Amino acid sequence: MRPVDASSLYLINGMGIETFFQYIIAGITYGTIYAIVAIGFNIIYNATGIINFAQGEFVMLGAMTAVTLNEYMPLPAAIICAVIITMAVGALIETLFIRWLKNPAVLRLTIITIGLSILIRETALHIWGAGVRSLPYFTGTAVTTISIGDVLVSPQILWVIGVSGIMVLILSFFFNYTLAGKQMRACASNSNAARLCGINAKNMVSLSFILSAGIGALAGCVVCPITYVQYDSGTSLAIKGFTVAILGGLGNSTSAIAAGMILGIMESFSIWIMPTAYKDVIAITLLLLILFVRPSGLFGNAETSRLKEF
Amino acid sequence: MLRNKNFQIGLLAFIVIAVQLMITFTGKTPYLTQLTMTGYYSMVIIGLTLLMGYTGQISLGHAGFFAIGGYTSALLTTFNMLPYRSKPLISLLENVGVLTLRKDLYEMDILTVTPWAACIAAVILSVLIAWIIGRPVLKLKGHYLAMATLGFGTIIYKIVLATTFLGAADGLSDIPGFSLFPGLEVSGKSSIRIENYYIAWGLVIVSMILLTNLIHSRVGRALRSIHAAEDASNAMGVNTAQYKLKIFILSAALASLGGVFLTHFNGGIGPSEASIMKSVRYVAIVAIGGMANLWGALFMGVLLNFLSLRGYLGSFDDAVFGAILIIIMLFAPDGLLNKDLFTGIWFKLKRLAWKKVNTE
Repeated sequence: MRPVDASSLYLINGMGIETFFQYIIAGITYGTIYAIVAIGFNIIYNATGIINFAQGEFVMLGAMTAVTLNEYMPLPAAIICAVIITMAVGALIETLFIRWLKNPAVLRLTIITIGLSILIRETALHIWGAGVRSLPYFTGTAVTTISIGDVLVSPQILWVIGVSGIMVLILSFFFNYTLAGKQMRACASNSNAARLCGINAKNMVSLSFILSAGIGALAGCVVCPITYVQYDSGTSLAIKGFTVAILGGLGNSTSAIAAGMILGIMESFSIWIMPTAYKDVIAITLLLLILFVRPSGLFGNAETSRLKEF
Repeated sequence: MLRNKNFQIGLLAFIVIAVQLMITFTGKTPYLTQLTMTGYYSMVIIGLTLLMGYTGQISLGHAGFFAIGGYTSALLTTFNMLPYRSKPLISLLENVGVLTLRKDLYEMDILTVTPWAACIAAVILSVLIAWIIGRPVLKLKGHYLAMATLGFGTIIYKIVLATTFLGAADGLSDIPGFSLFPGLEVSGKSSIRIENYYIAWGLVIVSMILLTNLIHSRVGRALRSIHAAEDASNAMGVNTAQYKLKIFILSAALASLGGVFLTHFNGGIGPSEASIMKSVRYVAIVAIGGMANLWGALFMGVLLNFLSLRGYLGSFDDAVFGAILIIIMLFAPDGLLNKDLFTGIWFKLKRLAWKKVNTE
C-alpha cells in the first residue's frame, strides 16, 4: 500500500539524465544546509567538547525572526537583524547556562543543551504559533528557474550554495589568519596551555556560541524560502547536522561539507526506493551505522580526529 | 526503618490503598483514571532509573520501547485474520487458542490474536530489539550514547508516524480489553475503574519488589561499580558489557509492558507515545528523582505525570520538562531527592552561620 506519486512512476519507467541531475541538485541543496548546521556543531564542539543540541533551534530562530522582521523592514535588513538577534541569544545562553559551571561533565552539558532546545522550541511555539512561515525568494519568485544545460534550477538554490560557500571561505579565513580565530584554535587543541599564554578561554567559548548561532541563523534565512520554517523544524535539522558532523568526523568542518553532500544526495535518491515519509529514517540509520562502525567518521581515523582542525 | 526494603514496599502498598479510599470517599473518581495511567508510565520510569542511575547509561529512546510494546499489542489485537482462516497456520493458531473471534466497532466479526498472546509477543519483540540495538549502542559513551539512543527513538517515531497499517498520524484504536483472568479486565470502562487502578499499581509494586531485590543483590553491587568506575570494575572481573546489556533489556521490557497495558487500558495508541519529547520527559523525571533512587523517581514520576495528565501544566507541558532538565543539570546533577544534596546544603548553611558568628 505504498503511496505512489507521479514523479516516482516516471522514475521507475526510466530516468533521463536531466532528472538524474535534478536529483543531484536537490541533494546538494539539502546537503549544503546540513553541512552548515554541522559546521555550527563543530565550532562549539571544538571549543568546548559539547554537542550543542540547540544548534537546530538557532537555524529555526534565525528564520522565524527574519520572517517577522520582514514585515517591518526590507529583506536584507531583516536578515541582518535576525542574525544579530540570534547571536545575542547564543551569547545569552552561554553566559546563563555554560559559563559559570566549573569542570562540568560533558554529558551534563549535553543534557543541558537538550533542555535548552526544548525551551527555545516551546518559546517559539508560544511566540509564533504552530503555523508554517516563509521568507520571499531573494531574487525572482517560486516559479522562476534558471536553466543550466537541460537542468532547471531555482535561483534560491544558487543563493543557498553561494552564501554557504562564502560563509565557509570567511570562516576558514577567520580561523587561519585572524588573531581571534587563532586563539580559538589554540583553546580547542589545549585550553590549559592557551590560558597560560594569556588567552581568555571563557571568552573563546562565548565567541564559539555567538559564531555558531550566527552561522545557523544565516543558513536558516537563506533556506527558509525553499524549506519553510515551523517552530519545530530545528530538531530534525539538528539530528541531520549531527549525522553529517559524525559522518565527516566530529570537529572537522572541511569533511563536514563532503559528508553533507553525501547525506543530501543519498536522501534525495532515497525517494526512489521508499516512500518520501521515510526520508528522515535514512539519515538516522546512517547515523547509527556510523556510530557503531566508525565513530571517528568516514574521513578521519582515531588519531587525526583528535587533532582538531577547522 | 526507612531503609528497610520490605518496609518501603509495604508503605507503597499502604499509600496505594489509602489514595484509592480517599478518592472514592471524596467522590473524585476520574482521578483514578489518571493515576492508573501514571502507574503504567511509572513502569518506564523505574526501568529507566535502573539503567541511568545504577549503570550510568543514558537512554533517550525509551519512549520507543514503550511504543513498540503498545503498537505490537495493538496491531495484533486489531488485525483481522478472518480471510486467511483456511490457511493451516492460522487454523492451527486458532485451535491452540492464540486467535480469537470478536466483534469490532461496526459489529463485524474479526479474527485477532488474544490480548494475552499479543502481550507476550510484544514484550518478546521489544526484548529482541533491545538486544539487537543494545549490543552496539552500549559500547558508546557520553554524547555518542545519547545521540544513538535518540536516533533509535526517532526512527521508531518516524516509522510509527509514516506507516499506513500502524494508523500513521491517527494511531490505532478499537483495541479490546485485556482479560488478565476471568473477571479481571484491563480496559477503560468506568465501572471497573478501581479494579484497573489496582491492576496498574499491583504491576508497579511487583516490579518494585523485583528491582529492589535486584539492587540489593550481588548484581546490584556490580551495577553500582560499573557506574562508579567502569574500567576498574571490569578489571575486578565484572563483565560490564554483559551487565549493561542485561539491564538495558530489562528496562526495555518494563517499558514495553507499561506500553502494552496502557494501550489496552486506553483502547488506543497514537504516535505521540513514541515522540522524543516523551523520552526526554522520562529522562527528566529520573534526573529529578535522584538518578540512582528508585523511590525518588517513582514519586516524582507520579507527581509530574499526574499533573501533566490532569492538564495542570497546560500548554507549557513540554516546556516544564525542559526547564526541569536544565535546572536539575545546572544545580543538582545528582538529582533532587538526593541525600548528598541536602547534607551539602546543610554544611553550606552551617559554614555561613559559622562565618557570621566569627565576623561579629
